[in-house]
Amino acid sequence: MDDLTFDYRYGFKVKENYVFKSRKGLDRKLVAEISYLKKEPKWMTKIRLEAYDNFVKKSIPSWGADLSKINFDDIYYYIKPTDKPVSSWQDLPKEIKETYDKIGVPQAERDFLAGVSAQYESEVVYKSIQKELSRQGVVFLDMDSGLREHPEIVKEYFGKIVPSSDNKFASLNTSVWSGGSFLYVPKGVRVSLPLQAYFRINAERFGQFERTLIIAEEGSYVHYIEGCTAPIYTTSSLHSAVVEIIVKKGARVRYTTVQNWSHNVYNLVTKRAKVEEEGVMEWVDCNIGSYVTMKYPSCILAGKGAKGEVLSIAYASGNQHQDAGAKMIHLAPKTTSRIISKSIAKNSGRTSYRGLVYVSPAAKESKVYVSCDALLLDEVSRSDTYPTMKIKNKQVEVQHEATVEKIGEEKLFYLQSRGINKAEAEGLLVNGFIEPITKEIPLEYTVELNRLINLEMSGSVG
Amino acid sequence: MISLKDLDVYVSEKQILKNINFDFEKEKVYALMGPNGCGKSTLANVLMAHPSYEIRKGKIFFDKEEITDLPVEKRAKKGIFLSFQQPLSLSGVNVFQLLRLSLSGKKDPLEIKKNIENLAKKLKIKKELIERSLNDGASGGEKKKMEVLQAAILNPKFLIFDEVDTGVDVDALKIIASFIAEFKKERTILLITHYNRILRYLKPDKVLVMIDGEIKKVGDYRLAEEIEKNGYQK
Repeated sequence: MDDLTFDYRYGFKVKENYVFKSRKGLDRKLVAEISYLKKEPKWMTKIRLEAYDNFVKKSIPSWGADLSKINFDDIYYYIKPTDKPVSSWQDLPKEIKETYDKIGVPQAERDFLAGVSAQYESEVVYKSIQKELSRQGVVFLDMDSGLREHPEIVKEYFGKIVPSSDNKFASLNTSVWSGGSFLYVPKGVRVSLPLQAYFRINAERFGQFERTLIIAEEGSYVHYIEGCTAPIYTTSSLHSAVVEIIVKKGARVRYTTVQNWSHNVYNLVTKRAKVEEEGVMEWVDCNIGSYVTMKYPSCILAGKGAKGEVLSIAYASGNQHQDAGAKMIHLAPKTTSRIISKSIAKNSGRTSYRGLVYVSPAAKESKVYVSCDALLLDEVSRSDTYPTMKIKNKQVEVQHEATVEKIGEEKLFYLQSRGINKAEAEGLLVNGFIEPITKEIPLEYTVELNRLINLEMSGSVG
Repeated sequence: MISLKDLDVYVSEKQILKNINFDFEKEKVYALMGPNGCGKSTLANVLMAHPSYEIRKGKIFFDKEEITDLPVEKRAKKGIFLSFQQPLSLSGVNVFQLLRLSLSGKKDPLEIKKNIENLAKKLKIKKELIERSLNDGASGGEKKKMEVLQAAILNPKFLIFDEVDTGVDVDALKIIASFIAEFKKERTILLITHYNRILRYLKPDKVLVMIDGEIKKVGDYRLAEEIEKNGYQK
């Protein structure tokens, strides 16, 4: 029956005619096979199997978006029969092709994004970036290679910030993870160029279960950018990533995500950073695509003077539900957190801000600032806020503001009286609404992001 | 330039304008006066096609072409401009972004930027105000100046100033008025004024008096002086 057995003491025993059969559904055997195929050390296989056991035990959260329609048995968890989502440009949905046209994605990039070509043709760029990084001692690899080449570092941190028992989707990711980024920045090193997943070639582009681990040693700085504004077409409907970040003393990490999955995807992500003394963690999170998103970038402010920030933009239209927000856990004195959330709902879309701020008894003289603004573009869209604050120390400054706006008729009339049509006027007002956050994102992304939101609003993207 | 024929205008089922007939000629300055609530602003808004105002009878013509059903942004493109009585603030949008969008395809953005800077100097508008969100933290006078600045850049043919002299101090008023006086060449100006202060700096060719939604009297600038002395009882 079993052509592959795993024995923790001896590793894998494989029959001679072993062949991996890609199949739907998840079981312990598949998890073991994934580890075997990747030739992982025993300790990683053990982590995966324990995570699988957790996955089976845990239930889907009863709060948040509606996940009841996910059929776990109807999903390929590792390598589908056909490696590429589409075999040719022709097979892409019309709306995706049109969007690429409208936002001006160059042809080579389109092939890459569409999965037509397995590699982004940027070998020269990739090599020169790697040369510069290795000169600084920075390690930037896909996660599989990271594990292979730096097992000691991975072993030290993997699963320590997001244990597999954290929630059902973290355990799922921990059992079947593949791809993602491994980024190690040595002490005192400042990486001036924002690093993007694009730069990793020879690896899965936008995997379903990416696992990312970022370690910023003392006094270092790095900015990592994930995702892209062009819509990613994928047939796999469940994406569950985990991102773990360690920000050591005096270090600073900024993690920017622009998520634009096609509208058939459940995007359920656990992102958490542990911030040590005087460290700074900045999450910039933009959720435009997917069918359902549940994502709450978190900071554990563990050391004195640690700072955490989450800037979040969510856009929902049609049947999309963006359930996004942040978590800030203050465990040490003089820690500061700032959450700014801007959500936009149109055409029956639903956005929810879900936030948790916890200030422990030890976190005296800490500061908390939360501002969540929602913009509703019509009568049928919906916005909710679920802010939770648990403040257990009296010497703390807490500020919380929440607003809900509708785009007023007067504002539209004013802009139209300047020769701007209604759709353009709405776009301009929405861009103005998110401006406090977009000014924190690199310019090229801001331009694309604004253009993309305007396109989405005009209903020309599927 | 603009002709109004037999216009009846309603707001929320209430009739505000009654049987308005008037021809605004090219390159003339008109003043529209009348007591509070008589319908002056309604006329301004109807000319700009504000959605809350319903034309139940009558027609509007622009250069002989009927525009009664023409929507707001198309009227603006034809060359009609409304300076708002209470200009709005737009968060996250500055005047450059606004005008760039209004004139996209028609004027180079860098040129627009330069024009804005020059006009701001001329109108004595603080530099910070130009760079910030439109009208954010601006005084009454500054807001009206921003309306005038937009008019200057959009280069319209028919300009309606809805109480541009209200809530404005003496210095700002002088600057605005002299600017309009210079600007009026080859354009038609309609000044809706409550206190007629601006008429001291900008002499109208014709004065219209509106009472209870009807144009009750038309005269020259002396009519404005008479009203200032004796009020609207006539």
